Amino acid sequence: MEAVFSNFGEYLDAFGVTLALFAVSGLASMVLGLVLATMRVGPVSVLRGAAGLYVTVFRNTPLLVIFIFMAVAAPKLGYTFRFVEDVEIAGWNVSAYFTRACIALTLYTSAFVCEGIRSGVNSVQLGQAEAARAVGMTFLQSMRHVILPQAGRAVIPPLASVQIALAKNTSVAAVFGMAEATATMRAFNNNYADQRVQIFLLFALGYIVIVEIISFGSHMLERRAKVA
Amino acid sequence: MRRMKLGMAAVAVLLAGSLTACGEAGDDDNEGVDVDVKEDAAEDFDEGTRMRELAEEGKVTIGVKFDQPGLGFKGATDDAPSGFDVEMGKILAADLGIDPENIEWKETISDNREPFLEAGEVDLVLATYSITPERRAVVGQAGPYYVTGQQLLVRADSDIDSLDDIRGTEVCSVTGSTSLENIKAEGATPRGFDTYSECVSQVLDGAVDAMTTDGAILLGYAAEQPDDLKVVVEPFSEERYGVGYSLDHPEMCEWINETIEESFENGQWEEAFNLTLGEAGVETPEQPELDPCPAS
Repeated sequence: MEAVFSNFGEYLDAFGVTLALFAVSGLASMVLGLVLATMRVGPVSVLRGAAGLYVTVFRNTPLLVIFIFMAVAAPKLGYTFRFVEDVEIAGWNVSAYFTRACIALTLYTSAFVCEGIRSGVNSVQLGQAEAARAVGMTFLQSMRHVILPQAGRAVIPPLASVQIALAKNTSVAAVFGMAEATATMRAFNNNYADQRVQIFLLFALGYIVIVEIISFGSHMLERRAKVA
Repeated sequence: MRRMKLGMAAVAVLLAGSLTACGEAGDDDNEGVDVDVKEDAAEDFDEGTRMRELAEEGKVTIGVKFDQPGLGFKGATDDAPSGFDVEMGKILAADLGIDPENIEWKETISDNREPFLEAGEVDLVLATYSITPERRAVVGQAGPYYVTGQQLLVRADSDIDSLDDIRGTEVCSVTGSTSLENIKAEGATPRGFDTYSECVSQVLDGAVDAMTTDGAILLGYAAEQPDDLKVVVEPFSEERYGVGYSLDHPEMCEWINETIEESFENGQWEEAFNLTLGEAGVETPEQPELDPCPAS
């Protein structure tokens, strides 16, 4: 116990990095996933095919392989992403490692977000789209005003699952240069060999709290979106 | 051009997998130390000791690292691991009358060395196992049989040549290792990877500024690519490698120390060193002084 409590600052920092990875890649994957889903259900066959290919490639590739590609292969090709370290916004800047980890997580997760949203869109009856069409809406208008608001209800549970998976997937970054929770747990284990079980439980607790917050949020959203 | 880049990326990914397989120092077909396996070793040990049990069984399980060239390394196609830790394991086993063929080598990573000893999965651990008070609270550690220190591996054209230069740079090592903690204390950003070979490739590609771990390991890598890599900075920590054993068998400590002492005297320790780390250009160090065993 005391291993963690006497280094509590480090414990919090570690989960801070985990949360930062989660927040950035979570947002980015929602945006990219929404774009992909729109392409996938849209009328343009080239875009449909491209989005389908994206999902096929990234959903079927293990996250670890994507990480190896971003962290090991990309620098070999000369893409170290070190230029992002020169960009400073309001005194904050991000490291190349953080950027590459977020890109890997986003590429992977957005394939799942896309499919989650598509399942929601498919749950809306075809008649709705036809009706929108009949009143003269374009595809994007009907998506925005008719389909997505209804699909929104149905996508909350699957998207919450995807984001929960993402929160835990950030742990893969532990062996790609990020000092996040799992990496820090390993450091604690190395330094305090006599307190392994407690260290493990306290770090597991951290993840449980994060995941509980996400699922609590999703419950609230579900209740708000419920049709009375 | 674009297509070629993609192709190269694919090759790079494949290479990344196989990279872990290369990067060894001294795993040529050398047979290692000529150990003289004792006959009827069991009778040398008192009834009821763990040494006697092992000698009677005629086999022993030893935990070693599989990814550290020169110390404990096993390539994908190797039958048995090689390195200084492995040779020391053979010397210890020989004293129990056990042939090198009858040693079962089990891979132990930094995280599972104590659990493996506590659960009896392995009888001994020789896996770059630095002696620390925290570890000694849960397992026994006899020795040290080797003392090394942390150094830095940088690209040959790097400006880093003192420990002060490291502040504000990015330095990689294995996730969760003591080396990474130490370098953080020096003001560098730690970058943890799963294996040392991945870390070396980060240094070569310029994704990090330096790599850090025990000097012996770094010299092994530098010896492989002398044009691209160099080892800088005097050792700035002291790591004393010990032999791990279970606290259920405290009698093993005296035996381990005696056997190490014996190997100091009959030249086997030096021979083991020269055949492994010595091949990577590491000078034979002085024989370390062994810690006395805890009174049982």
